[in-house]
Amino acid sequence: MPWTKIRAELDEPDYGHAGDGGGRRLDYAAAIREALDQALSLDPRVFVMGQGVDDPAGMFGATRDLHLKYGRERVFDTPLAETALTGVAAGAAMGGLRPVYFHNRPDFLFLAMDQLVNHAAKWSYMFAGAVKVPLVLWACIGRGWGSAAQHSQALQGIFFHVPGLKLAMPSTAFDAKGLMLAAIADDNPVLIIEHRLNFRQKGLTPERPYTVPLGKGAVRRAGDDVTIVGISQMANEAYLAAEELARQGIQAEVLDPRSLRPLDEDLILDSLAKTGRLVVADSAWKTGGVSAEIAALAAEKGLDLLKAPVRRVSCPDLPTPAGYTLERAYYPGAAQIVAAVLELLRP
Amino acid sequence: MSVAPARLVELYRQMLRIRSLQERIEAEYHLDEMKTPVHLCIGQEAVAVGVCAALRPDDYIMSNHRGHGHYLAKGGDLRALVAELFCRSTGCSQGRGGSMHLVDARVGHLGSSSIVGGGIPLATGLGLACRMQGLDRVSVTFFGDGAADEGVLYESLNLAMLKKLPVIYVLENNQYSVCSPVASRQAGGSVFHGLEPQRLLSAKVDGNQVEEVLAAAEQAVARARSGEGPSFIECLTYRMRGHAGAGSDAHLGYRPEGEIARWERRDPVVNLAERLLAAGLLDRATMAAMEEVIAAELDEAFAFAKASPLPGAEELALHLFSE
Repeated sequence: MPWTKIRAELDEPDYGHAGDGGGRRLDYAAAIREALDQALSLDPRVFVMGQGVDDPAGMFGATRDLHLKYGRERVFDTPLAETALTGVAAGAAMGGLRPVYFHNRPDFLFLAMDQLVNHAAKWSYMFAGAVKVPLVLWACIGRGWGSAAQHSQALQGIFFHVPGLKLAMPSTAFDAKGLMLAAIADDNPVLIIEHRLNFRQKGLTPERPYTVPLGKGAVRRAGDDVTIVGISQMANEAYLAAEELARQGIQAEVLDPRSLRPLDEDLILDSLAKTGRLVVADSAWKTGGVSAEIAALAAEKGLDLLKAPVRRVSCPDLPTPAGYTLERAYYPGAAQIVAAVLELLRP
Repeated sequence: MSVAPARLVELYRQMLRIRSLQERIEAEYHLDEMKTPVHLCIGQEAVAVGVCAALRPDDYIMSNHRGHGHYLAKGGDLRALVAELFCRSTGCSQGRGGSMHLVDARVGHLGSSSIVGGGIPLATGLGLACRMQGLDRVSVTFFGDGAADEGVLYESLNLAMLKKLPVIYVLENNQYSVCSPVASRQAGGSVFHGLEPQRLLSAKVDGNQVEEVLAAAEQAVARARSGEGPSFIECLTYRMRGHAGAGSDAHLGYRPEGEIARWERRDPVVNLAERLLAAGLLDRATMAAMEEVIAAELDEAFAFAKASPLPGAEELALHLFSE
């Protein structure tokens, strides 16, 4: 699939979060791969499984050739049996291991719902902490090149709804590595939902192992006029939108929550206290989803801070079409975020 | 009887203990102090006891909604079970699980799912964990004929056969899923019999004869411990009571005339008692003393449960995540 034609490779802006990284730029997939490599090397309990993790493509590069270094006992291909294999991963976690189960597309997670939602996410609560489930699930949202309705779904809203399941959505190479290591170290089920377009980025990424705490968001750009919360790849679109807005004299503050559960509510409310205006940009559907929840957060805990109604930028409530003219109409991006901000500021 | 006499008497004691607990629950259920849907395993005691007798304390089991027998047979704490039925803080799941969600990790009982078939892949994963950690433990999943309808059984067995995992799949065929008989749901029973034994060792045993269950389980355990792979044991048994709640559901009329009476003649506990008496391995006085000890143990457990505190609202949000 010629993803190269969908989006050119680009360098991420220096958000200042890489700290003492020494200026090393790493390909997004390589950052995830490095996290897995380090986890496999540092912790004998860690293993990587999933359909195709040991194939030549290596999960868009994120797992490529790890089986050569660690063997197929610890990095192995699985049958296409998402229901059972999710339970197998959860059971292995209960038995003292730290599985990382790669699911390719979130669309296939629907087949894993019983084991993920009915079992893994409930085991700690249902048994009062008697049994832990330190499980990482990973899936990558497809987008573009005719991926169509069953290979492109952004399902964070569905998983966000589930108590007992942590949910991370990185948008930079630095966070992709740090959140993976944090998820592996966590004693609970963590779902990481990546976005295929992010894989065209290179970002400042330190070589040492480090974690990005789940529940800690990041300010990508400071500003006083409006807060833009961008989820996953939309955080990058929000940054581009903010640059355009700056050219028009509007200073937008761009926030990337990085993880949705736990959600860094303070980051959003603190920013609202400064700007009084909120645009939420999500890569998923609008109704009942992440953008709705963040808007509700503003209404419930920050209504007195708001100077204007909350605006949401999201995909329309429709399955994804394959054709590129329809796709273009379907996906929002920086332009739609700019328009939403201008509506708020120049009604 | 190929089982040593003292061992058989002990298996009987365990079966009787499980039966006595069920009957105590039935006797008290109408008081509505146990506010949790119970799924009694009266008539199926020999399956839990026979299988768990072949296991070590560090072997794993994954149970289901009809799991009181599995819990006790694996060595789970009786007081914590009863307290869980009363939804107390001292319950094995601290009042969060109820009857369907028992756990005692100290003895390898890592939980029970009330999603039919839900424990099957989890037990498979536990088997994978044993393998990957180089442990000679085995993992057992207990599931009913209803779970044998589910696709997850195929998926799990396929992986276990592929990787030769130390997992034992115990199908407790009690003839009914709620009120639906097996024959209305499965085309000629389970498809997992008759595979080449090197892929999957399968057995179909009289699940009301503890010696038969134990023999099949011991063979499966030996095979699993030596790295030869999984086994599938179908235990033919009968759910003497309704799907849920206390008492007979004969009045509902979904069971053929005379079926319950036929199976009552094969009652695993009564039958074993008669055989032990006939063989002179147990006399009536010893049996009565055994019943007395169990009754006292149950009295104590029920008193403990009733005297235990109920979880307060301040405990509601605890344990959502493990720290």
